[in-house]
Amino acid sequence: MSSTFASKPPEEIAPGVNWIGAFDPDLRTFDLILKTANGTTYNAYAIQGAEGVAIIDTVKEAFAEQFFARLEAVTTYDAITAVVLNHLELDHAGALPELMRRAPQAHIYVSQRGLKLLQATLKDELANYHYTLTDDGDTLDLGGRTVKFVLTPYLHWPETKCSFLVEDRILFSCDVFGAHFCDERLYNDLVGDFRFSFEYYFKHIMRPFKKWVLQAMDKIEPLAPLMIAPSHGPILRERPMDYVKSYRTLSGSHLPNELSAREKSLLIFYMSAYGATADMARSVYEGASSIEGVRVSLYDLQGGEVEPFVDLIEGADGMIFGSPTINGDAVKPIWDLLASLVAIDTRGKIGAAFGSFGWSGEAVPMIEDRLRGLKMRVPEKGKRIKFHPTEQELDDCRQYGQAIAELLAGKARPKVIDFAEL
Amino acid sequence: MAKGKLTFADIDVSVNVPAGTRVIEVSEKVGAGIIYGCREGDCGTCLMKVEEGMENLSEPTVLEDKVLKENMAGKDMRCACQAQIIGEGEVKIKPA
Ligand SMILES: Cc1cc2nc3c(=O)[nH]c(=O)nc-3n(C[C@H](O)[C@H](O)[C@H](O)COP(=O)(O)O)c2cc1C
Ligand code: FES
Ligand SMILES: [Fe+2]
Ligand SMILES: [Fe+2]
Repeated sequence: MSSTFASKPPEEIAPGVNWIGAFDPDLRTFDLILKTANGTTYNAYAIQGAEGVAIIDTVKEAFAEQFFARLEAVTTYDAITAVVLNHLELDHAGALPELMRRAPQAHIYVSQRGLKLLQATLKDELANYHYTLTDDGDTLDLGGRTVKFVLTPYLHWPETKCSFLVEDRILFSCDVFGAHFCDERLYNDLVGDFRFSFEYYFKHIMRPFKKWVLQAMDKIEPLAPLMIAPSHGPILRERPMDYVKSYRTLSGSHLPNELSAREKSLLIFYMSAYGATADMARSVYEGASSIEGVRVSLYDLQGGEVEPFVDLIEGADGMIFGSPTINGDAVKPIWDLLASLVAIDTRGKIGAAFGSFGWSGEAVPMIEDRLRGLKMRVPEKGKRIKFHPTEQELDDCRQYGQAIAELLAGKARPKVIDFAEL
Repeated sequence: MAKGKLTFADIDVSVNVPAGTRVIEVSEKVGAGIIYGCREGDCGTCLMKVEEGMENLSEPTVLEDKVLKENMAGKDMRCACQAQIIGEGEVKIKPA
């Protein structure tokens, strides 16, 4: 760590409101899932009121020294009355156990859904402290200064919330509006170009929760914050509402919509070494295409890259995957695509699988398990055929495609099944 | 053995199930949209809306009650990993 970073004093971002976070310029991989070319910051804040001091979030444990040094430069542990935890991930709650040991009188404010995570963070020590479970709109009075809590579930954990300093209209947004970008100049109008980092962060952290992001923006917009103070990267004091707008845009559809509102989109992906699974794919495609109101597309994964397909899947209503069984498994490009779907929201979409096989046919049920794991609905049992399909079997494939398209189009007939048949 | 009828409204599928069956045992097999996390009544991921026949489901356990409260679930909501079909009545559910 370069010494200029570590020795930078706290920054007063508004009268009596200090940034007391930590710089981590050397970080290159965060949470195992995203990269940063510029390190990151763990932003924590101290708000001084007439009747107390609130600390907003802490830092990653390894950076606690910087945090405590900055904290001590603006207040004393005795003076701390409140510790507001917007998010219990360890990059923000890592220094919490030590902070509470130093300021045991401080009252912890955490969302209802954060309680279990708080227990898991502080373990037995939680019994030594007081905490309040905050609901949407609850406030904390610091004497002439009010902190109002805004629940933002799933941005990006179930317990996440933002805290709004009402009189100054500063939004402490935690990971929301964050960026992994380490720059001592701290403010968005002074730091280097972090636009890429801001969008990249959204795409890797917030994208699976677009629906929730839009709900959160509905709550944040009316607050009209004059400054957004996130927990990573630049503090947004110039044009903060542009970033709110940006979150809305990023939460929209990634691709321009080609389908009418009444049409459903069904994507079929396949791989085939000797053409058997490819033959099945074409028949599934024909069958599905015969259903009105469903737009069906067919893709050979050999000719495509993962990323654009992820974008397509994000906007689709149903997906069917075809893979032969090779060495008791589906083929790698299928897994690469299925593994990449964690970046988007797939819950409730319709999924299905088919494939040709020789003797054991593991690929299809394995794909179905993965689709269920992605919280998709898998209402039709997968279609497996030994070697090349006969005419009769191709007909079965057509019917299979049809059945899935009918489900999508809402044309499936109600079914009654006996438990023993499942 | 007593059989109840469990209907998944989101996919229009009904299953005749023996008394004592948990919803989770059926919903994934038929491909309904109810989703699961912990599978043991701790996380609330599996919240479902009971459209009909709440009286034909087992009473929530202490554990489930706690999760329902934590997730601010409405009166017509249950955890699909916990709720069991009792007796011969009909239950109609969909994802929350
Ligand atoms: C980006 C991210 C997403 C997470 N999502 C989940 C989740 O969906 N469900 C869950 O139970 N835990 C989730 N966690 C929590 C981790 O599993 C937990 O922090 C764990 O202790 C990390 O283990 P490690 O120290 O071996 O990395 C998530 C953590 C991160 C960083
Ligand atoms: S799946 Fe976690 S409570 Fe049911
Ligand atoms: Fe986080
Ligand atoms: Fe974070």
